[in-house]
Amino acid sequence: MTHDRLAAGRTLAPTAPPARKEGVSSRTNARWSLRRRLAVAVAAFGSLAVLAIVVAPLIGPTPIALGRVFDRSVPFADNVDAQIFFIARLPRALAGAVVGASLAVAGVVFQALLRNPLATPFTLGVSAGASLGAMLVITFGVPLALGGVPAVPIASLFGSLGAAGIVYAMATLRHRGLSTTVLLLAGVTLNSFFSAIIMFVQYSGDFAQTFQTVRWLMGNLDVSGFQPIAAALPLTGAAFVMFATLPRALNLLTLGGDSAASRGVDVLRTQRVAFLSASLATGAAVSLGGPIGFIGIVIPHLVRLLVGADHRIVMPASACLGAAFLVTCDVAARTVMAPLELPVGVITALTGGPFFLWLLVRRR
Amino acid sequence: MTAVATLVTAQAAPQRIVSAIPAVTEILFAIGAGPQVVGVGSYDRCPAEVEDLARVGGLIDPDIEAILALEPDLVVPYATQRDLISQLESARIPLLLYEHGSLGDVLTTILALGRRTRRSAQAERVARGIEQNLAAIGTALTDRPRPRTLLVIAREPNSLRNLFASGGVGFQHDMLVLAGGENVLAGTSTRAAQVTTETILQLAPDVVLEVRAGDTMTEAEIAREAAVWQTLPSLPAVREGRVVFLAGSDLVIPGPRIASAVARFARALHPDAPGLGQ
Repeated sequence: MTHDRLAAGRTLAPTAPPARKEGVSSRTNARWSLRRRLAVAVAAFGSLAVLAIVVAPLIGPTPIALGRVFDRSVPFADNVDAQIFFIARLPRALAGAVVGASLAVAGVVFQALLRNPLATPFTLGVSAGASLGAMLVITFGVPLALGGVPAVPIASLFGSLGAAGIVYAMATLRHRGLSTTVLLLAGVTLNSFFSAIIMFVQYSGDFAQTFQTVRWLMGNLDVSGFQPIAAALPLTGAAFVMFATLPRALNLLTLGGDSAASRGVDVLRTQRVAFLSASLATGAAVSLGGPIGFIGIVIPHLVRLLVGADHRIVMPASACLGAAFLVTCDVAARTVMAPLELPVGVITALTGGPFFLWLLVRRR
Repeated sequence: MTAVATLVTAQAAPQRIVSAIPAVTEILFAIGAGPQVVGVGSYDRCPAEVEDLARVGGLIDPDIEAILALEPDLVVPYATQRDLISQLESARIPLLLYEHGSLGDVLTTILALGRRTRRSAQAERVARGIEQNLAAIGTALTDRPRPRTLLVIAREPNSLRNLFASGGVGFQHDMLVLAGGENVLAGTSTRAAQVTTETILQLAPDVVLEVRAGDTMTEAEIAREAAVWQTLPSLPAVREGRVVFLAGSDLVIPGPRIASAVARFARALHPDAPGLGQ
């Protein structure tokens, strides 16, 4: 792998599209410029994310006094301000950051892996599997709980990993290597198949359960505590460690499998790591916040429009912007119609969609 | 919202009645029109006689073919089942439309069904019985303080996520008020209000009343679901141990069992009040 990456690094600078776009001629310049652009992008998008996470818990329908929130002389059980801050708001902001970052980077990786700009974290059936798992628990009330983590997130995680396993098996079973065409077709088919089962499960449930499952599909970050986030973090962390090994190889993979292989990329290995990491990140994100749409497609494209197509910059920038975007959307979800809550998926689509269209039109 | 009663044709008492909604089925049996009911909805479980009757779908998915095959001379659809209504109208099948917004509409529907099935006397007896029982509950609760109550109608199992509570309109809100409670969400003009953890902390209800449509909840289930509320220790309801679970279809069906359901609410909110029955 080290050898492959070195080979990739040697050949990347003069040929990779972003470098060409910026009109950089010499290799030294390209390297220096990459480092600088990376620093600028991470600083800019990163500070947006940090700003969102810090400010979000301060905003809400209830006025709370910060002095009282951190006042240790009042017992936590009596301190409503502290409870609103530490139970209702801060976990939501952190969950939003984790889910937003995961879905945005998973979107980038799936788009590169499938070489399809329309791919999302949900294209390959991962979210349909997660939804089916959640739906089964909500409808049939399986009393499943592991170490204090409620049944619905656990079932949705199993559902998503099960779906990813099926799609992966289909794509590798009768092909040498990993066929992205089969991956895409199997994913889309599995999506429809799972949707059919979901409809049947909803049909067999009663009215209240159907309502509940439909609502789950719109996404919700009200995790009311840090435990659900802590439960998702090992998986998310593992996915991000794998993400970190991908950018150079993905740059070459977007040029096509053969041409990447000719430049020393272990294509199959890259595809495997990409598929596994993106599926894991998506599964963990969906189990934490539900299948929140739009982030996985809008954020990657938005970032590419702003910083170019080099995955070494796009991936960290997408993580930061995805986090900032979802945390901000969630503030709107819990305040716009307070005391009622709006589904956060409605906000991501309503705000992200038009903005993305405007950006597309403006750039052309 | 009021109950709408439309008579397409009104001649003799109908002999083949189809009801697709649990509340209407219960009312028909309560007023003695049960023997004439030939088809019921998929979710109808009460009274026991419905088990042997043909099923004709539900509120969202009525089965028009099954309904027509029963050759009914009266169908009682819900006012929002527009497609079903227009299909039945073109088949020239007599209809009685109704809509249950508030608890008062239930009494209106009982009387309308009584007139239409030529059982006005029985219907009036049922309606008056409900009114008397509700009045008795009101008397028993005179001068009692009204606990501020969060009436939870749905949430995800063993977590407080996607929690829906009764807003300030609808028959469940009416039931809560008649049972001597004050709805903490009385200010919202929606039947099912999705509320955040923050809102619940801010509202600080004295009682959390959770209703489940299922017939029973096991002790283990109640213990598991009650434990979830411990994550919000500042709620008066949690501190005082006043998180109450009630299960039963009577709590969610605006039908003839409504007064006894209100009495169950009242006993949960005022466990020490005499005169509320068992």
